[in-house]
Amino acid sequence: MPPTSATPRNKMESRELTLRYGSKVAIHQVSLGIPEHRVTALIGPSGCGKSTFLRSLNRMNDLISGASHEGSVYLDGRSIHDRALDVVDLRRRVGMVFQKSNPFPKSIFENVAYGLRVGGLKDKAKLQARVEKSLRGAALWDEVKDRLDESALGLSGGQQQRLCIARALAVEPEVLLMDEPASALDPIATAKIEELIHELKSTYTIAIVTHNMQQAARVSDQTAFFYMGELVECGPTEQIFTNPREKRTEDYVTGKFG
Amino acid sequence: MKHATRRVVGLSLVSLTGLAAFVIVAMLALILLDVVKGGASHLSWEFLTQAPTDGMMGGGIFPALFGTAALTLLMTVAVMPVGVLTAVYLHEYAPPNGRMARLVRVAVANLAGVPSIVFGLFGLGFFILFVGKGMDRALGYEELHWAQPGILWASLTLAVLTLPVVIVSTEEALRAVPLDHRTASLALGATQSQTLARVVLPGALPGILTGAVLAISRGAGEVAPILFTGAAYFLPDLPTSLNSQFMHLGYHTYVLATQSPDVEATRPLLYATVMVLLLLTFTLNLVAVLIRTRTRRKAASGH
Repeated sequence: MPPTSATPRNKMESRELTLRYGSKVAIHQVSLGIPEHRVTALIGPSGCGKSTFLRSLNRMNDLISGASHEGSVYLDGRSIHDRALDVVDLRRRVGMVFQKSNPFPKSIFENVAYGLRVGGLKDKAKLQARVEKSLRGAALWDEVKDRLDESALGLSGGQQQRLCIARALAVEPEVLLMDEPASALDPIATAKIEELIHELKSTYTIAIVTHNMQQAARVSDQTAFFYMGELVECGPTEQIFTNPREKRTEDYVTGKFG
Repeated sequence: MKHATRRVVGLSLVSLTGLAAFVIVAMLALILLDVVKGGASHLSWEFLTQAPTDGMMGGGIFPALFGTAALTLLMTVAVMPVGVLTAVYLHEYAPPNGRMARLVRVAVANLAGVPSIVFGLFGLGFFILFVGKGMDRALGYEELHWAQPGILWASLTLAVLTLPVVIVSTEEALRAVPLDHRTASLALGATQSQTLARVVLPGALPGILTGAVLAISRGAGEVAPILFTGAAYFLPDLPTSLNSQFMHLGYHTYVLATQSPDVEATRPLLYATVMVLLLLTFTLNLVAVLIRTRTRRKAASGH
């Protein structure tokens, strides 16, 4: 079954989400569905709000003082701003990979095991099994299996980023948010990450912010174009890149501005 | 400006700054040279391990060495938890630029500016006459037990004095932990306290240790705060309990320099004592520098 055929249900969905930093509106009334087991690319020029939107999906914006929101985001139909929902649980279900790879100054093993340990997993055999599984899932196992006790900071940039993906996978999230995960990497490492995203979508629901049009076209099933804090257009990736409804989208994807 | 004038101005600025830097080094060299010249010949194993004899005109400095060590150890035990917790509160929990954080910061800055003799008087008034007396009354002591100068009160007074050093260096160390590591931890579903315990504090540990060593080297050299709170002129015995008085290298130096009936006879003793005191503080500073560079290298290579 080609990935874009049947319309899957929305794993996550924002409804008229407005987010402010102080009095500055970062995103305005964004309603967007993130379909399950699909890759959704968020594109748009710098400062358009795509990263802010991504970070609001697992409430990382809560950490910024002065940030406030209206509207809500739903995970499996339930508001993530629900008082009864613990933000810690939310972040375990909605994992995140950042633009700059940020491994802890710990060993490779401890980096991947981190989320499991803070979740209370102590059993050594289980930890080892999950770490191996996650590293395999991030296509890093063969490169690091003989040096799990060495520092993660000794890895190359591309390996570090895949380690961060493995670290996020270890917690077994349902959704994976990626904020320009390959923007600091060389073409070969980028290709590996893209290949990985392709493999991961059968298990996870993925939302990825990218500056790279080709990347969005290559990896995603659905593309959402943000401009000045608003969601201009969202649709199947092929349609967005070949036959967009909006003039602004066309100008952006054809490189007339951005 | 003409080329020649520019050259002259430039050259004179270079020599002026160079001269100023040289003066600093020369001062230190002079002090060290003088102390070593006067004290090296008298420094021996016996000098370090024996008590003073002959009305302090002979013997060694062991009680003073021991007293200084015990005092700074107690001080460290008292100052580290309070200082580190304060810094953690300021940097991790208090709303930045909130009223409480600002109040604490102003208090810390002013605490650092208080002359050390004032800490001595404070220790006498607060710890001995207020807390000590209260404890004696509460515990039913007939004679003075806690309401007298002792090593506990002296170390607590020093702890108050060195508190700003610990707070400032700990805060600096916390600030140096990359924001990336905190967000990564939180994004993996760690709570704020787990992030603090597993990522932030381990990352800040070298800086915190450096602060501890700096506080110790500062505390070990201070005399004024312990004058009224526990330092003794001469004690043949080592302190045995928390309310015992003790001898101290700094105070011993003062005593040797000013209270001796025969200045000529005590001079070598004085020099040797000063040399030990300097060695002690230099060693501690060196340890601080070593911790810092070693962990910096470690952080760079990431172990």
